[in-house]
Amino acid sequence: MIQASQISKTYGKTTVLNIESLEIPKGQSFGLVGNNGAGKTTFFNLLLDLINPTSGQITNNKVQVNKSEDWKPFTAAFIDESFLIGYLTPEEYFYFIGELRGMNKADIDSFLKQFEEIFNDEIIGKKKYLRDLSKGNQKKAGIVAALIGNPEVIILDEPFANLDPTTQIRLKQLLKTLTENNSATVLISSHDLGHVTEVCERIVVLDKGEVVNDIKTSEETLKELEAYFSA
Amino acid sequence: MIFFGLYLSLIFLSLGVGLYPGLKKLYPDSDPLLVVNNFLFYWFIGDLIFRFFFQKLPVMDVKPLLTLPIKKNKIINYVLGKSTLSFFNFLPLFAIVPFSAILLYKQYEVSVVLTWASILIIAILIINFLNFIIESKSAETELNFLPILIISSVLLGLDYFNLVSFSQLTGNAVNAITAAPYLISIPIAILVLIYSLNFKSLKQKLSLDEALKVKETAVNSSNLEWTKKFGSAAPFLQLDLRLIWRNKRTKSSVWMLVMGLLYGLIFYPNPSPTFSGEFFYIFIGIFITGIFLMNFGQFIPAWDSKYYKLLMSQNIKYKEYLKSKYVLMAASCIIMFVLSIPYVYFGWKILLVHFVAMIYNIGVNTYVLMYAGSYNRKAIELDKKAAFNYQGTGAVQWLVGIPLMLVPMLIFALLNWLVSFEVATATIAILGIIGIVLHNKTINLIVKKYKSAKHEMISAFDQSN
Repeated sequence: MIQASQISKTYGKTTVLNIESLEIPKGQSFGLVGNNGAGKTTFFNLLLDLINPTSGQITNNKVQVNKSEDWKPFTAAFIDESFLIGYLTPEEYFYFIGELRGMNKADIDSFLKQFEEIFNDEIIGKKKYLRDLSKGNQKKAGIVAALIGNPEVIILDEPFANLDPTTQIRLKQLLKTLTENNSATVLISSHDLGHVTEVCERIVVLDKGEVVNDIKTSEETLKELEAYFSA
Repeated sequence: MIFFGLYLSLIFLSLGVGLYPGLKKLYPDSDPLLVVNNFLFYWFIGDLIFRFFFQKLPVMDVKPLLTLPIKKNKIINYVLGKSTLSFFNFLPLFAIVPFSAILLYKQYEVSVVLTWASILIIAILIINFLNFIIESKSAETELNFLPILIISSVLLGLDYFNLVSFSQLTGNAVNAITAAPYLISIPIAILVLIYSLNFKSLKQKLSLDEALKVKETAVNSSNLEWTKKFGSAAPFLQLDLRLIWRNKRTKSSVWMLVMGLLYGLIFYPNPSPTFSGEFFYIFIGIFITGIFLMNFGQFIPAWDSKYYKLLMSQNIKYKEYLKSKYVLMAASCIIMFVLSIPYVYFGWKILLVHFVAMIYNIGVNTYVLMYAGSYNRKAIELDKKAAFNYQGTGAVQWLVGIPLMLVPMLIFALLNWLVSFEVATATIAILGIIGIVLHNKTINLIVKKYKSAKHEMISAFDQSN
């Protein structure tokens, strides 16, 4: 589904990302781990054509992302709060994203039903602007919005940060079903090794912009990762 | 900004040097110092208004200091003390010092001159702190500039019609103090009082729960179904309307419309031929029918800077995004024209010129603004107060004003002078119609421009967030 080759990003003299080759097949749940500055968000930004690569290219379902906009209809992302529109209510925000993805109000209303548990009565019908919600609730709204319209590629940067324990567990469940049911390709990054190993079938470790490990998740993965990061 | 400061300093300096001889010439029989004192009231009011619009409250991010072992009183005193070092407080010294020196040279008593200068310095500080109180009280509302304008016009009005002669009162008070220097304790007491008022209100704001408290207002949603008529541009149109109505910065630019609408009243009733020529019709026509267009258009796409990354990665075609902006701007021109119809009272020619100005705005100026928008690199802080807020303004905004206003004025004036009023009016209309006819081509051109600037815009908006 996603193919990165010779992709690199350099600011001045610092290279923040340099990946020889990375291929993510359709329907995979893919995890990206690494310390701060490892290049996780840079990779996502390149994938979404929010920054220009210094060299190389990324294709998303055979579309080269910085050459054509045709990847947009089947790709969705939530990177940070700049993906939220602060002066809208969560409902208005979902409807807006729905419009962009060809879903009308009724579609969205029934789509939102399945997230009632995650929303925990704090998001829908509260007559509050997104900018006035807590960080955790903002994140929930952003993640759910990224799922609108059954995208084939879903990119979530640090989805577990700021979430309460209950929601973390529910979100993990949700992410697992996504790849099972409609074979969506899910890309997440996280600092929490436990969460990624639970959710992702494949984990790539980045360090200073380079791939240092590419693991197919198994029983030992968590231990292996913990050993790597404590070294 | 530095040039403006230098310019102001020079003006005040020449005021200080030239005041004494100037007044001696104008009023040879009276004491220049007494004349100056009678004018102080106007200075005080003017200073207060000027500061209200241009001097910002001393801002300091105190949150990180609160957990450190620093006394709260110390933080407040530091913030307030720092504000006295503002350029606005030094500016008057450029006038006060030379004027005092001349007074001394003219054999005024040293004690009188020193007392006089001290009174003025105290007054400047009082105004400095008074401004903060006024600003913090009114910062919450959109029409924040109305109270101060109303109060000062009432004061000036009372003075002008001699109901209460504040200028005389201020003059007498200053004279009394210079005659009996111990009375200076009164202005000092006022200064202390105002300082402590500021101190108190800052101290209240300085506890963590106050700083962290988020004001929540229940949302008034309307579903804006009528925008559906505009097809694929509808979701963006809804977004723009909510943007305008739900953010401080944009909401007060709506009020600017009302002020702009009245702009013609300055010119049209004026019998002097310099201001009533046909040449002015086009200026006012472009201005009135285009005031929203210019206010809104100059910051495309910076209005959406906070969530620009979302727009750029969502399933959005640039063309629809820009088209919705176009629809909004064009609609505003039509609405403003309709509202300006009463100006027909001053002559049918005015209405006609307003009409062609509207067409020109729709057919030419909208595109000019959108094109210029692709050079915008500064994010907009939507929740900051709006009137006279220049945040997010760059060279683009100043440069784009020239083609917007000057080009149609020049074309109109030239043809009106060389050929006839009819030809001038028709030409402006035709230019606008050409633009409307070429809508698709022009938009595509602008889209290309935006696409090539995409990454630069994203990173610039990201940094200023």
